[in-house]
Amino acid sequence: MDLLEKLTILSDAAKYDAACTSSGSRRGSRKGMIGNTSTAAAGCCHSFSADGRCVTLLKVLLTNQCIYHCKYCVNRCSNDVPRAMFSPRELAELTIGFYRRNYIEGLFLSSGVVRSPDYTMELIIRALRILREEYRFNGYIHAKVIPGSSPELVEALGLLADRLSVNIELPSESGLKLLAPDKTKRAIFTPMRQIRDVRANNREELAKYRHTPRFAPAGQSTQIIVGATGDSDRHILLLAQGLYQNYKLKRMFYSAYVPVVEHALLPPRDAQPPLLREHRLYQADWLLRFYGFQVDELLDDQTPDLNPLVDPKCGWALAHLDFFPVEIQTADYETLLRVPGIGVTSARRIVATRRSTRLRWEDLRKLGTVMKRAQYFITVGGRRPTELRFRPETLVQNLTAAERPALHQPMEQLSLFDPAI
Amino acid sequence: MQEMIYLYDGSFDGFLCCIFESYSKKEVLTAIYSDEDFLPLLYEMRTVQTAPAHAARVYRGIRKHSPYAAQLIRRAFLCCMEQREMQLYRLVVRLFREGPAFLSNQTDPMVHPILEAVRYLSAELEKYRGFVRFSEMGGVLGAEITPRNRVLPLLRPHFCSRYQNESLFIFDRTHHEALFYAAGKAQIRPLESFQMAPPDQTEANFRLLWKRFYDTIGIQARENPKLRMSHMPKRYWADMTEFQGPEWFKAPDTPADAAAPSAPDGRSAPGIPPRSEPSAPESIP
Repeated sequence: MDLLEKLTILSDAAKYDAACTSSGSRRGSRKGMIGNTSTAAAGCCHSFSADGRCVTLLKVLLTNQCIYHCKYCVNRCSNDVPRAMFSPRELAELTIGFYRRNYIEGLFLSSGVVRSPDYTMELIIRALRILREEYRFNGYIHAKVIPGSSPELVEALGLLADRLSVNIELPSESGLKLLAPDKTKRAIFTPMRQIRDVRANNREELAKYRHTPRFAPAGQSTQIIVGATGDSDRHILLLAQGLYQNYKLKRMFYSAYVPVVEHALLPPRDAQPPLLREHRLYQADWLLRFYGFQVDELLDDQTPDLNPLVDPKCGWALAHLDFFPVEIQTADYETLLRVPGIGVTSARRIVATRRSTRLRWEDLRKLGTVMKRAQYFITVGGRRPTELRFRPETLVQNLTAAERPALHQPMEQLSLFDPAI
Repeated sequence: MQEMIYLYDGSFDGFLCCIFESYSKKEVLTAIYSDEDFLPLLYEMRTVQTAPAHAARVYRGIRKHSPYAAQLIRRAFLCCMEQREMQLYRLVVRLFREGPAFLSNQTDPMVHPILEAVRYLSAELEKYRGFVRFSEMGGVLGAEITPRNRVLPLLRPHFCSRYQNESLFIFDRTHHEALFYAAGKAQIRPLESFQMAPPDQTEANFRLLWKRFYDTIGIQARENPKLRMSHMPKRYWADMTEFQGPEWFKAPDTPADAAAPSAPDGRSAPGIPPRSEPSAPESIP
């Protein structure tokens, strides 16, 4: 099988993994090595695929052979697909060749499970070692930890890779039992805990000895499939919040389930992936990480799912109208962040600018505020523009109307002659 | 006070000399043109000679008022805004007159357009860090870009550190200049035109592999051309491997074609550092 064919099979098998970032690691170039990772804080996108997702790493599987039988997965052992495997050298040459041409920021290596988790991890480590030590590659590497592999191997992998990830995939134990009978919750969380602890130790060591080898400098991330099981948004977000707090996760990825196989326990083959739901989850995730929100503020037992019509922050604002209006001249930074239409950047700019100037209504747009949302929730110098008229009861309609073009799902048009009325 | 139009050589030093001249001759500027601009013939104008000593004096003066302003002006000089020189000239005059306090007001009608332009420059720079596509030709990595802002001086540290052991060049088609890097030395020099040589077999192979990877990695059920276009506007596509026609992925059949000149003119041979000539206008060290 030639390289082109292998690449096709193994990137096709890897594409459902949402993680594709090159952030979190700042390593300058080193003598005798190729590459660095010192780009902007947000990483570097090298292209965008037809689905609009960023392409930053060469995302491939080492092999798509697998002994497991996860029902949602395209690579499960009972699926009839062509199988292939890279040799470490092929993979290293491909990575270096792509990297030199500035096609990619680094390598994202995952794999199906061959023989046993430990055996697979050894294959991955061998491939990465050849890439790092023989081909002198100093760029970004994101490696997958195979659940159930031994701690020594996780430790060895972390010294080669910038970021590690263990995929949770299904947000509840019951979902795992049902759809991924070979995986257990324990096998997933053990390596995550280990990565957290080794990283903490490593940071202490680094403080003492500057040249200590760095263990996974870009931290760890994970992925959850959305829409394959019946778990609610609240459940998923609580899980995310717990992981950010207790496991010091850098990122959580939500992947709308794309039906790749027919199975009685799964959504039907022709079901559309729940893209809007995935989008709302990402928005809520940002609120947790950068805006000081807690899941309990956004969702409770009565409303376990996010409102698809408005973004989660608008949803929160609509439920807390007594919090508003916020006075732009005097509100503190944390309060500004709660206003729909004001993000981290514009809140910072507002705080910086109002020190020297009295802000006016028309200045806010210049500072990056999205006025179509923010206008209902703020006052400037105690006033709103006189032409702005709305009632709290119909506010949700105003906000939905502002966002409608971006919504994927067409809104239902109310008709006078609807027979149902 | 007399009103004047100045003509300068297009370099950052030259621009600073315009400021120097306007102060020393007590003239108020109505326009500043560089050699490349279209010149109105009806008005009186004077060519300002670039004197590094004068430029340094002005720059020191700006920095003394506000180091932030100095940095802002250097960046903004690379932007593609309307009447760039005049906008910056007015900013400097105001800075000298009333001090740096007005700079912290981002909504100021004089500051805001400049900040916007710099943000646009930074965004384009960020895009080009990822979207530059090199081709290997006889051991040298070459790329072409068509940016709106002059991103080359700002791309220089990124690519020179990333590919420190390589020889590379990037040709900026819009501003007719090129970045050359070899053996640890980098230079930006004017270059009128450049034609990329056809690929050899290895290069064609890698292009094909990349194209295939790119086509495979998209998920069909999630296709979203609008989203792709907003992240990666179509004007970037022309220089990117994944959007080229079939010709781009074929090595010429006859070996004679493949051995055609592989480096742009003005370059000796791969691996040999470029001759030292006066560097291109305003290359940030």
